[in-house]
Amino acid sequence: MLNILIKNGHIVDPSEGLDGTGHIIIENGKIKEIALDSGGKKEKSRPIKTTPSGRKALRVFEAHGLFVIPGLIDMHTHLREPGYEYKETIKTGTMAAVSGGFTNICAMPNTNPVNDNSSVTDFIIRKAIQEGACTVYPVGSITKNQNGEELAEMGIMFSEGCIAFSDDGKPVMNSLIMRRALEYSKTYDVPIISHCEDSNLTEGGVMNEGLLSFTMGMGGIPSEAEETMVARDIALAGLTKGKLHIAHVSTAGSVRLIRQAKESGIPVTAETCPHYFTITEEAVQTYNTNAKVNPPLRARKDLEALQEGLKDGTIDVIATDHAPHHRDEKRMEFDRAPSGISGLDTALSLSLKLVQEGTITFSQLIEKMAQNPARILGLKKGKLKVGHTADVVILDVHKEYTIRSEQFLSKGRNTPFDGWNVKGKPVATISKGKLYEW
Amino acid sequence: MSKELLNKQDIDRILARIAHEILEKNKGTGNLCLVGIQRGGVHLAGRLSKKIKEIEGNDIPVGSLDIAFYRDDLNIRTEQPAVRKTSVPCRIDDQKVVLVDDVLFTGRSIRAALDALMDIGRPANIQLAVLIDRGHRELPIKPDFVGKNIPTSMGEVVRVVLEEEGAKDTVTIE
Amino acid sequence: MKLSSKDLLGIKELEKDEITLILDTASGFKDVLKRDIKKVPALRGKTAVNLFFEPSTRTRTSFELAEKRLSLDVLNLAATTSSVAKGESLIDTSLNVQALGADFMVVRHSSSGAPHLLSRNVTASIINAGDGINEHPTQALLDAFTIQERMGTIEGLKIAIVGDIVHSRVAKSNIYLLKKFGAEVRLIGPPTLVPEEILSLGVKRYHDMELGLDTVDVVMMLRIQKERQTGGYFPSTLEYFRFWGLTSERFASAKKNAIVMHPGPMNRGIEIASEIADGSQSVILDQVTNGIAVRMAVMFLLAGIRE
Repeated sequence: MLNILIKNGHIVDPSEGLDGTGHIIIENGKIKEIALDSGGKKEKSRPIKTTPSGRKALRVFEAHGLFVIPGLIDMHTHLREPGYEYKETIKTGTMAAVSGGFTNICAMPNTNPVNDNSSVTDFIIRKAIQEGACTVYPVGSITKNQNGEELAEMGIMFSEGCIAFSDDGKPVMNSLIMRRALEYSKTYDVPIISHCEDSNLTEGGVMNEGLLSFTMGMGGIPSEAEETMVARDIALAGLTKGKLHIAHVSTAGSVRLIRQAKESGIPVTAETCPHYFTITEEAVQTYNTNAKVNPPLRARKDLEALQEGLKDGTIDVIATDHAPHHRDEKRMEFDRAPSGISGLDTALSLSLKLVQEGTITFSQLIEKMAQNPARILGLKKGKLKVGHTADVVILDVHKEYTIRSEQFLSKGRNTPFDGWNVKGKPVATISKGKLYEW
Repeated sequence: MSKELLNKQDIDRILARIAHEILEKNKGTGNLCLVGIQRGGVHLAGRLSKKIKEIEGNDIPVGSLDIAFYRDDLNIRTEQPAVRKTSVPCRIDDQKVVLVDDVLFTGRSIRAALDALMDIGRPANIQLAVLIDRGHRELPIKPDFVGKNIPTSMGEVVRVVLEEEGAKDTVTIE
Repeated sequence: MKLSSKDLLGIKELEKDEITLILDTASGFKDVLKRDIKKVPALRGKTAVNLFFEPSTRTRTSFELAEKRLSLDVLNLAATTSSVAKGESLIDTSLNVQALGADFMVVRHSSSGAPHLLSRNVTASIINAGDGINEHPTQALLDAFTIQERMGTIEGLKIAIVGDIVHSRVAKSNIYLLKKFGAEVRLIGPPTLVPEEILSLGVKRYHDMELGLDTVDVVMMLRIQKERQTGGYFPSTLEYFRFWGLTSERFASAKKNAIVMHPGPMNRGIEIASEIADGSQSVILDQVTNGIAVRMAVMFLLAGIRE
């Protein structure tokens, strides 16, 4: 592994109070030194040696005009392995992550077999170490086989490396099971990530319910299908004091409920995804299955409320809900095609739009894509700090480019953003000390 | 450059002559009916029937025939022809049908009209009356009554305008 | 004047003057249907494939007759007997049908948008014969033709559509068409079947049959699917007929010369009383006859559109 010197970049990490030009030295996969030229916090102030203490070769990365930020953490990724390797593998998924600026990703448990026991957990972790370009943290399922009936062995999975639990893709419809999960998980102080959706209210639905679903002749999913479950889970979090994290918030009503819950001191955190704050239900208008996602793309008012929630801190995290599918699966009748958007390659560029439009600050973006996920998951990650694993993104915020799904490193080319012109892209990512450049 | 070939008076004289010829050939109006091809032929058929009434004193049935469904160029056109009314007010079985059209050119419209007529019934015979015969036949079709033979080149356009369409009667070539 | 697309996907996608062109052309075909020889050679040598992924007798036979009367060669493919049952994708099936030489594909499918998917993937003309709960454009066209035939015009008429609006592709196509032609459209049924968001289409909503039928010119009844009962949309067919069934007493609220329509097949005693269905103001069988003429017109006009 090369040692790396990143020179003259604009280093930003709000959690460490870093905001200024300086350099970072990476040695043996760890951050060895961070120094700003003037002002800001200085970890050490000594002149830059062109051959740092190590005897290894040094790679000097000239980062003039570029931002240097912590490697991003995606709390919500579907890696599909084991079981659906034709959609994605740990190898391709982590490569897509790294190209999108993510150095740590959380693998959702809806694989085949489901990650509901420690042998699957172990498989994912080992495979990720062998083949993965970034760190993979498995999320175990709450219930056995995600059936919503019986708790999975959370404790054993936790000791094997699961950092959160979720039945993502399916709601836990039984309120008692959800209560027990929130209670039991307190032993390990891990979050329960809730896929909030009342599956009776969503029955037959494939898109947001409203005039558009009527005129397209599609079964609708009302916002209330999500909101009733958000309300239930918040009530249960209040009851149990368990750590509740609401996945992929899509509606204005959910934002309102979460804001109220936070005000009254209930331990709840929440994430949303770039597609929910970037596009609306109109993206499915041509029966475009690449815009079919669950929860569905919503209305303009929901998009605006999500942006507001990101701005005021109601929504803690921007996650991708990266859900790759095979091309043939999406080349189908809309109601038969699977839900999901391949998001790792595009999430950062789409989120930067919020900064460009003035909705959130650049610091907030880093908080929501690195610092907050680390805090919620209890990880010593998401920071530029001496001694931490070297997870660093070198970002050109001025680089304009056109999203081309055929250039994705993910196997999943299912994106409604194909052909979009966006601004801002990582030019290099350092993951576990290894440099990837584009 | 357009040149007038026939004016209102010319057309009127021609129709009077054709009316006489039809009566002469058919020995009166018995079992006779006129069927105009949409659109110009329909107006001409109407005028011929009036002339015939002036001469013989009795009405003969006049119908209109739309040939859109029978054309042989549906596969090569980029736009379908407008479909107009077909209305033949009498049974044409065993009748002497005089088909009336404004301009006879390649003969393909007449071929279509013959097929269309045959699907409506089984006439005793079919005769053809045209105001202008401009030549260039592509099918073995010969008119029984011709208003005026006009030699033309393939590229020229012969235009028949009739009062029923809202303008002055005239036949021009350009 | 010609149609702007090679496909007929829905009324939504048509301009008013395109609809007028179809209806005018259909009246030419209606004349043909009155003759002894009910067939024209217009589309001789072309091939139509009726791709029915959902069972249907009346729409398929109507299309088949229309095709035969245009001198098309006709092939019927029912999903149950085709390779679809073996797991072939819709696009693959349609590409195979195209490779057989189909110029027209008449598609009935339970998924909304299935014809739209095909139209992007094949060069043949796609005609939507009913997709999911989206549209059934030829039904709306034949309904419009029938209304014009009886009432002379559509503009300014008060037209009530009664029943399961939310799940009815017939109702949806009719709403779009009737609005384009300036009719007053009233939708009548329980709130579970006539959702509020429909109001933004510029229609009126009634839950009370007598109020909704007051002085209307046309009553369009929809077929009630019995499975909606288990879905909780209404408690029983008995209760449904009690409040939303078309009986003589209720029909008396309509104008004296009002007509009654139904796309069929009818559930007598559930949505419509027999004395109305068989009565002198019923044009239900005219709809069936006109369906052939309208479908002939659609195919004839689409044949003139080349990519």
